[in-house]
Amino acid sequence: MPLVDLKVWRGDDNGEYISYLVEYDEGEVILDVVHRLQSTDAQDLAVRWNCKAGKCGSCSAEVNGKPSLMCMQRMVNFTPGEEIIISPMKTFPLIKDLVTDVSWNYENARKVPAFSPKKVDTDGKHRMQQVDIERGQEFHQCIECYLCQDVCHVIRDHPENKDNFVGPRFFVQIASVNMHPLESASQKPSALYGFGLDYCNITKCCTEVCPAGIKITDNAIIPLKERLVDDKYDPVRWLGRIISKGKSGK
Amino acid sequence: MVSQNTQTESLFNRYAKTLRKDRWWLEPLLVGVGLFIFVMYSTVSAALLGNYWPYEIGPYVSPFFEPLFYTDILPKWVSPAIFILWAPLSFRMTCYYYRRAYYRSYFLSPPACAVQEPADSYSGESTVPLVVQNIHRFSMYGALIFVPILWNGAIRSFYWDGEIGIGIGSVLLLINAFLLSGYTFGCHSFRHLIGGGLNSFTGSKYQLFRKKIWNIVTVINSHHKYWAWSSLIVVGLSDLYVHMVASEWITDINTWNSFF
Amino acid sequence: MTDYEIEEHEYDVLVIGAGGAGLRAAIESLAFGCSTAIVCKSLFGKAHTVMAEGGMAAAMGNVYEEDNWKVHFRDTMRGGKMLNNWRMAQIHAQEAPDRVLELEEWGALFDRTEDGLILQRDFGGHKYARLAHVGDSTGLEMLRTEQQKAASLGIKVFSECTINRLMVDKKTNSISGALGYWREKGNLIKFKAKAIIIATGGLGKMYAITSNSWEGTGDGHAMAMMAGAEMVDMEFVQFHPTGMVWPPSVKGILVTEGVRGDGGTLRNSTDKRFMFNYIPEMFASETASTEDEADSWYEDHSLGRRTPDLLPRDEVARAINSEVKAGRGSPHGGVFLDIASRRSPEYIQKRLPSMYHQFKQLAGVDITKEPMEVGPTCHYAMGGIKVNAETAQSSVNGLFAAGEVAGGLHGANRLGGNSLSDLVVFGRRAGKGAADYAKNTESFLPIDQIEIDKAIQNMMMPFDNSNGENPYTIHKELQDSMQKLAGIIRTEEELVQMLSKVEDLKKKMLSVTVEGNRWFNPGWHLALDLEFMLTNAESLVRAAIERKESRGGHTRDDYPEASKKFGEINFIIKQVNGSIKVEPRQSDSMPDELAELFKDK
Ligand SMILES: Cc1cc2nc3c(=O)[nH]c(=O)nc-3n(C[C@H](O)[C@H](O)[C@H](O)COP(=O)(O)OP(=O)(O)OC[C@H]3O[C@@H](n4cnc5c(N)ncnc54)[C@H](O)[C@@H]3O)c2cc1C
Ligand code: SF4
Ligand code: SF4
Ligand code: FES
Ligand code: FES
Repeated sequence: MPLVDLKVWRGDDNGEYISYLVEYDEGEVILDVVHRLQSTDAQDLAVRWNCKAGKCGSCSAEVNGKPSLMCMQRMVNFTPGEEIIISPMKTFPLIKDLVTDVSWNYENARKVPAFSPKKVDTDGKHRMQQVDIERGQEFHQCIECYLCQDVCHVIRDHPENKDNFVGPRFFVQIASVNMHPLESASQKPSALYGFGLDYCNITKCCTEVCPAGIKITDNAIIPLKERLVDDKYDPVRWLGRIISKGKSGK
Repeated sequence: MVSQNTQTESLFNRYAKTLRKDRWWLEPLLVGVGLFIFVMYSTVSAALLGNYWPYEIGPYVSPFFEPLFYTDILPKWVSPAIFILWAPLSFRMTCYYYRRAYYRSYFLSPPACAVQEPADSYSGESTVPLVVQNIHRFSMYGALIFVPILWNGAIRSFYWDGEIGIGIGSVLLLINAFLLSGYTFGCHSFRHLIGGGLNSFTGSKYQLFRKKIWNIVTVINSHHKYWAWSSLIVVGLSDLYVHMVASEWITDINTWNSFF
Repeated sequence: MTDYEIEEHEYDVLVIGAGGAGLRAAIESLAFGCSTAIVCKSLFGKAHTVMAEGGMAAAMGNVYEEDNWKVHFRDTMRGGKMLNNWRMAQIHAQEAPDRVLELEEWGALFDRTEDGLILQRDFGGHKYARLAHVGDSTGLEMLRTEQQKAASLGIKVFSECTINRLMVDKKTNSISGALGYWREKGNLIKFKAKAIIIATGGLGKMYAITSNSWEGTGDGHAMAMMAGAEMVDMEFVQFHPTGMVWPPSVKGILVTEGVRGDGGTLRNSTDKRFMFNYIPEMFASETASTEDEADSWYEDHSLGRRTPDLLPRDEVARAINSEVKAGRGSPHGGVFLDIASRRSPEYIQKRLPSMYHQFKQLAGVDITKEPMEVGPTCHYAMGGIKVNAETAQSSVNGLFAAGEVAGGLHGANRLGGNSLSDLVVFGRRAGKGAADYAKNTESFLPIDQIEIDKAIQNMMMPFDNSNGENPYTIHKELQDSMQKLAGIIRTEEELVQMLSKVEDLKKKMLSVTVEGNRWFNPGWHLALDLEFMLTNAESLVRAAIERKESRGGHTRDDYPEASKKFGEINFIIKQVNGSIKVEPRQSDSMPDELAELFKDK
């Protein structure tokens, strides 16, 4: 079996990168190699994983500096003897080794507006067409790996923004509620304020790393920004509003 | 089977600028250089040289100067292009794609994904001056007006001296109008107006119609970056071409023999 | 003994597990006004449910109007080889449609029919297309929807917190609380609760080839049994016929039955659709006998009988096993699952997007062009905590169970899609049952300090031991021997061998030694899970030895036929004075109006 040189972050903030030579097989993924290391030379190596198939979003880390899922990085893409640096996600406080404290995300999950549907039809069912739900289905593919949150420079490089910015994953969630074909309440533009949409400078790193292939920037963030523009900056709508106010004023 | 080598690597600490090993700097560099060249060229051609460099010859008018303004009131050093260029300029400056491009290449905010941004603080587009980016909707309305104007120029360029014909210039202007349309109709703001603002597309025939257009716009929009670049390059080339023909540096190959 | 600091909490209802069942239970219990908390081993939202692919079964009749709960009930019972708890199967079939609509009401976006209703897809053992689905990520949709509902209600979640012991008041046989540890720092945490709902999911991690994640160690099964609860049907383990077989690292990862539901077929190395040779008598009258008939059934179910590719899972898994044994397998020891030659690339990518990516990214196989290689993988535990069908209460007062950890609904074999609906139907009932119980309970029961001390000592043992084996090695040994000795095909001899293996591993476990400290230490976590896995392995093997017949998820080479005698018996497994006992119990017989359903052909 060929060997790779895994350089893994060990310990907490005061830790260090430690190199291990580990055997691997071409058919494996990085996570397998990390597991081999764990069952032999680093038994207390902390790493999260669940599905090993890119479905649960647990095994997020930075491989050679790129935020990615360890279970979706195939070893065929590396050459024997190559050095592979594996670091924990940078944006979140480090717990130990490759495990970070992602609780900030769960706090944000409680901030975003809840879904409240229209009334059902008389037979007790909702009707929606396939074309109506496809947009939302894209957002629902999110596996909550938080790689987009990790890579987003707004918080990665400026942690102080964490209070004012919920991050791309939650823009996706806001979009899924706000654009839901049955949504009734949160259509109000006020439902879009206070999440830091305007901190995003649409540099698209979130889209680049999303393992679920969600076009976060094009399909969630920009359309949400545009919905805000409707409310605040569209000259035609200003005019419309002035006219309708004038009328109702009379 | 596993050998461990516990050497401390102070070099790689967790807070390094980046641990990426690929050539992440290449894209922002190319984009930065490309934008720089275009901005320099268009400033010189449209704003500075203006009336000192002929921009009109035969059926061709440089797209920077379309539609033509003839005024005697203004001094010669005021280029007529400045009455036109505010529209495409503000449209492109506030375009979601160009914002991404120059934020990355010039503001280094961030230079590339997972590469540390040098600035100490950041508030994005939430404060002055960048909050101004929200005028994009406004400038999109403006840009929409220019689509027919440029098509008009392109179609006119096939007609000279009472004769329908074709020349390299007319082909360039036609491509230019086409690319500009692709760029404009692929605009995110336009996409929103067409259908993005709806939540359900099947309430009425009208909505279903909007959904169909929205689908088309979405396809165009997904290549917005390429429309942005190709239309940028072609508009610059068209301008340069018309100038060169008009200055008699080169001869246009066409069916009309000569413009002089 | 050192004194450990213990964090303490009190809740009316404590839910262990944040999968589809646990979340639904918590939402319900909160709705009844009980203070409720959820504990889960992984991060919130990572439970197994998130990996479920194909869909959830509910007789809504959106695609085939003829469908109704009675047909669903009948399918479920026949799929479970009539060993199911009939009342659970009835409730499940009756309530599933409402639970699907409820998810929609909470924001789920299921695929649609032409009329804008929820689309349903074909799955093995279901007479009609019945599975509400979202492409091939239905579990994700379900879990996120519940998760967001729970978040909006503000339910307290203790995530990455593992429960290690249930506390029972011996005198009254009532639950009093639970003890666990935070994974992050290894700190201890104690809950006092009036009622506890166990929703800890499956136990597949004791097998080497499995679709289950590290969480599938069957903690809930083992803890409940240690707390005195009765278990049922533990011998029945479902091997899903189609897991990936190559490359080695993904061996066992699931390939959804939706592939076959949407038109894929199984072939052997001679390119033959071998399932036509394996149609059991019970299903012969409603299964196609020729390829043409099977293909026309896909177009319209009234044009032919269903394809044998969609027989219940136990039948298909055994068939694949036989083909491979007979030397007609694929290069990596599976068979071929082919959808590429039968459906257009666009259709495949639209209906099965995550399968497409899974194969593309993990195996370098483009399923729109080439067949997949698949083989059986340990997937689901039919057996589990024996519960009351109406309230989901176990034989311990105040201890409830729902989801995969509960037994009874699926009998000897579960039909695909019946789990997701099970989670919400019985999750809701458990939530209500526990809330009712908690409301009728005046005060919290005291927790016996001696029990707590004993549990803590047990938890810290791997650090105090020295020179023992490491937990990974013991786990691997268990997995390999379970796979070999108690897998799809079993014999008395091998099962007995396995039993002594378990005894052997138990001894090793007592001296298991881990490195490092309590700070996020997966080695230690595994060491603690070993006890649960070994307990469950023992229950499974003991029950398997007693069931001297072949039925559903239990195939005995030495007793290849189903026997009438065992067809009316469920095995109850419980711990008496520290040792595991198996006792046969006559199954409840169903009322006449239900029995009627099985008479006409
Ligand atoms: C790959 C795959 C595909 C599937 N596809 C389908 C399908 O298409 N249709 C279908 O109906 N079924 C399917 N199933 C089966 C179904 O998904 C599972 O049976 C079901 O999700 C189990 O749900 P649950 O709520 O019982 O438990 P799980 O979702 O497994 O959740 C268990 C929870 O308990 C927690 N837990 C466990 N132990 C402890 C402890 N000691 N302390 C604290 N918390 C603990 C875990 O953290 C987790 O939150 C599939 C299963 C798999 C693996
Ligand atoms: S596009 Fe916006 S949200 Fe996404 S990474 Fe960039 S700044 Fe963050
Ligand atoms: S949006 Fe994509 S990158 Fe972000 S958490 Fe979800 S799956 Fe991960
Ligand atoms: S382990 Fe589930 S995404 Fe990697
Ligand atoms: S023109 Fe680029 S987004 Fe509007």
